[in-house]
Amino acid sequence: MFKNKRNVLLLILSCFVLAFPVIGKALDRADISGLASDTAMERLRAIEKIAAIGDPDALRLLEALQNSEVMITDAGQIVLENEEWDVIDAITLEVLDPQPDMYDTVIVNNRMRSQLDSAIGVLQLLSEDREIRLTSAKSLQDNLLPSLLSILNKALAKETDQEIIRILKESQSVILLNAADKQQRMEAVNYLMSSSERRVRELLAAKLERNEFGVYTEESAEVRVAIESAVAAIDRKLTFIDYFGRLFSGLSLGSILLLAAMGLAITYGLLGVINLAHGEMMMIGAYATYVTQQLFVSYLPNYFDLYVLAAIPIAFLCSAVIGVILERTVIRWLYGRPLETLLATWGISLFLIQSVRQIFGAQNVEVSNPNWLSGGVEVWNVVMPFNRIAIIVFAVLVLIGIWLLISQTRLGLFIRSVTQNRSMAACVGVNTAKIDMLAFGLGSGIAGLAGVALSQIGNVGPDLGQAYIIDSFMVVVLGGVGQLAGTVYAALGLGAFSKLIEPGVGAVLTKIIILVFIIAVIQKRPQGLFALKGRFVED
Amino acid sequence: MNRKQFIKTVIGATIGLSSAFAMTTQAADTIKVGILHSLSGTMAISETALKNTALMTIEEINANGGLLGKQLEPVVVDPASNWPLFAEKARQLITQDEVDVVFGCWTSVSRKSVLPVFEELNSLLFYPVQYEGEELSQNVFYTGAAPNQQAIPAVEYLMSEEGGAAKRWYLLGTDYVYPRTTNKILRAFLISKGVAESDIEEVYTPFGHSDYQTIVANIKKFSAGGKTAVVSTINGDSNVPFYKELGNAGLKATDVPVVAFSVGEEELRGIDTKPLLGHLAAWNYFMSVKGKQNKAFTKMYKVWAKKNGVPNLDTVVTNDPMEATYVGIKMWAQAVEQAGTADVDAVRDAMGGQTFKSPSGFTLTMDATNHHLHKPVMIGEILPNGQFQVVWRTKGPIRAQPWSPFIAGNEGKQGL
Repeated sequence: MFKNKRNVLLLILSCFVLAFPVIGKALDRADISGLASDTAMERLRAIEKIAAIGDPDALRLLEALQNSEVMITDAGQIVLENEEWDVIDAITLEVLDPQPDMYDTVIVNNRMRSQLDSAIGVLQLLSEDREIRLTSAKSLQDNLLPSLLSILNKALAKETDQEIIRILKESQSVILLNAADKQQRMEAVNYLMSSSERRVRELLAAKLERNEFGVYTEESAEVRVAIESAVAAIDRKLTFIDYFGRLFSGLSLGSILLLAAMGLAITYGLLGVINLAHGEMMMIGAYATYVTQQLFVSYLPNYFDLYVLAAIPIAFLCSAVIGVILERTVIRWLYGRPLETLLATWGISLFLIQSVRQIFGAQNVEVSNPNWLSGGVEVWNVVMPFNRIAIIVFAVLVLIGIWLLISQTRLGLFIRSVTQNRSMAACVGVNTAKIDMLAFGLGSGIAGLAGVALSQIGNVGPDLGQAYIIDSFMVVVLGGVGQLAGTVYAALGLGAFSKLIEPGVGAVLTKIIILVFIIAVIQKRPQGLFALKGRFVED
Repeated sequence: MNRKQFIKTVIGATIGLSSAFAMTTQAADTIKVGILHSLSGTMAISETALKNTALMTIEEINANGGLLGKQLEPVVVDPASNWPLFAEKARQLITQDEVDVVFGCWTSVSRKSVLPVFEELNSLLFYPVQYEGEELSQNVFYTGAAPNQQAIPAVEYLMSEEGGAAKRWYLLGTDYVYPRTTNKILRAFLISKGVAESDIEEVYTPFGHSDYQTIVANIKKFSAGGKTAVVSTINGDSNVPFYKELGNAGLKATDVPVVAFSVGEEELRGIDTKPLLGHLAAWNYFMSVKGKQNKAFTKMYKVWAKKNGVPNLDTVVTNDPMEATYVGIKMWAQAVEQAGTADVDAVRDAMGGQTFKSPSGFTLTMDATNHHLHKPVMIGEILPNGQFQVVWRTKGPIRAQPWSPFIAGNEGKQGL
């Protein structure tokens, strides 16, 4: 992969050589000597010098710096490594003879990295490759200096891609906000009105402020009126974006709660078993994902990105099998004795946590997102991470799966019958013990699926389940025991509600408000919000 | 053999045997050392490594002939991340096991819970983790950083031109004593530097919080108003979902740098660190520090981990609290040698002014007045491989100010 990247880079560079006129002198040793300095400001100045030269050599060096590939020998020479890992001179690219014994990476800190981003951005704004131009245009947004105006104009004249034109025009307008000519400022404001960036809004709002002598930053009253309406227009968009963002977060949290609670809705809701080890079933699912990942790393490294898909059935089976074993060995002796079940399952949960700790260690294990689940897509300025989108889709699929299983299959029919009237079901020949076992296995397996999802957004450690057990019970109790639909409403409702109030009141208070809300609901409706109506057999 | 004779023989044998036993215990006389770290519960993730470090250091000392001709005998107990249990276990170590010194605790709340026990029974505790200050005890030696050895230099760095010249501050923490006190100090410090109240935002999350969507969105919003830095005192494994969210939301360190005070190499082991490139942490030691001492220290830990079958041993790392544990035990050993006894009062007197060439490459001194180490401050940026690259460090160790001058009422305590 490394080499590939290099090749791409070379290709880009060769395009670049054709596209970019060489200005001024070539890179020499004096320009880059500052990189060897101990102080960050010296190194920063060296970057400025290199950027000012701006020829392909300079660009190559800047990109190498960005990737932390530039090194310094103990003799103070700035060097790179070539593809054979030979040390080469940074300017002449000649292999050093003799090779130095000791060399160290030139330290690039954040400040330098953002300087590099914009320097490279300027140099690549005229690149042939659309993606590169897009990144360049974006990287310039953060660091808009008046001196950039000419290169922006030049790029705008050549640019054909609509998205890049929009970004460049916005940058251009931001610079022109300070133009001497009133007409130019007016045009800039009018263009920026269409922006939906908070940054632009703040810049515009700053123009409306007065300095200590009571003089407006923007002198023309006419322009100020235009700015005011632009700020108002952007604010409207931002409010919309804000609520859209909250809605998405709420949906995402809701889908996670739903996944966590669905298994419990079966074991607790349908079978009436208070299973405090439910969280540990999720934990086992997450560890199954981890083990699958490790197996893929060792045996199928080329298909690594698919490990999550393979983990789904594996996690389901692991958790389901452990669930069945628990049901057979412990829980079935305790049906109808909720207190003992509670204690026993709590003990089991401690046992499982400690076993995992013995096997995998107390530390969290690393479950990395495959490439297709990393990053996100930006819709209306709200970044929707792919892993969250995937979890929403996954939750819906699992829900459909369970619904089909419960409503369409023979097993589902038996489960429903045992839930509604155990003795009658037994009378007509349903093997209730077997159904209990299968239903418990199913609930545990679904918890395992939740574990796969959770491994993609949070920690995988022995305590993973503890964090979700309370939430799961909250969802099931709120939604009403004995049916799935209530669980769905409750999960999505809780998710959306907490994300709606969180920006206002903070995360700590949100948690408290949610708990108070649930207590209030249970006081009023002990059977939950969406309980089944009709005759119910109480055990 | 009649009854009388029999009884006589039995008594005789018993006396003989027990005196033989007494002889052997006399011969194998050891100095007992207590290790008080959670090996289960939420804090196990961080504290297990400290127990390992302590055992390793004790083995090292024993292999070099022990102390005062005696071997050290570690007594490990597990307070299970349960704060009251810390106090019980501490009492058990001191009264029943009769240890001469205890190395332990991580969270401030666990330290606060054992403190009265150590003071009542006049024993010694070595506390190896950075904390909020505002405490001094005759019975505790603090080998971690005080706020002026970690939090304040980190904020100063981010304010400086080379650190990105941040103007707005988002103080984000877990809701308990350490983050609240640290943020109180930082807020006063920032205001003294001319930062406006409206440019400081203080936000807390519950322990174990895992959904950082809203907070990351708010940080993004907040940062539109000017160059922003996030100061994170999020503790424990909540850091993983926070950083994952940060990475997925595309908030890069060049836009909004996050400096963390509780995130080290160990915490990063559970995370894919590629999107975190450039985010910062402030500590007094990093595993990536170069130098002979550190090379020896990291190698010793790796070898020890392998020998003792530590889980995931191909990826074991060393971190700041581990280094502080190591330094603490070695300094205590020096003080015992110097005092010629492991007696608490004698060792306490000998501790003041002890120096030790630590893995961080600096020679650290134990302050005789305030029981804190003089430590260098380092700021590191996260690299893609989960290690830190030191981008800034103090020229030498600086003295701890356990009573921060930025908290009202501490004016009279600055000499400490």
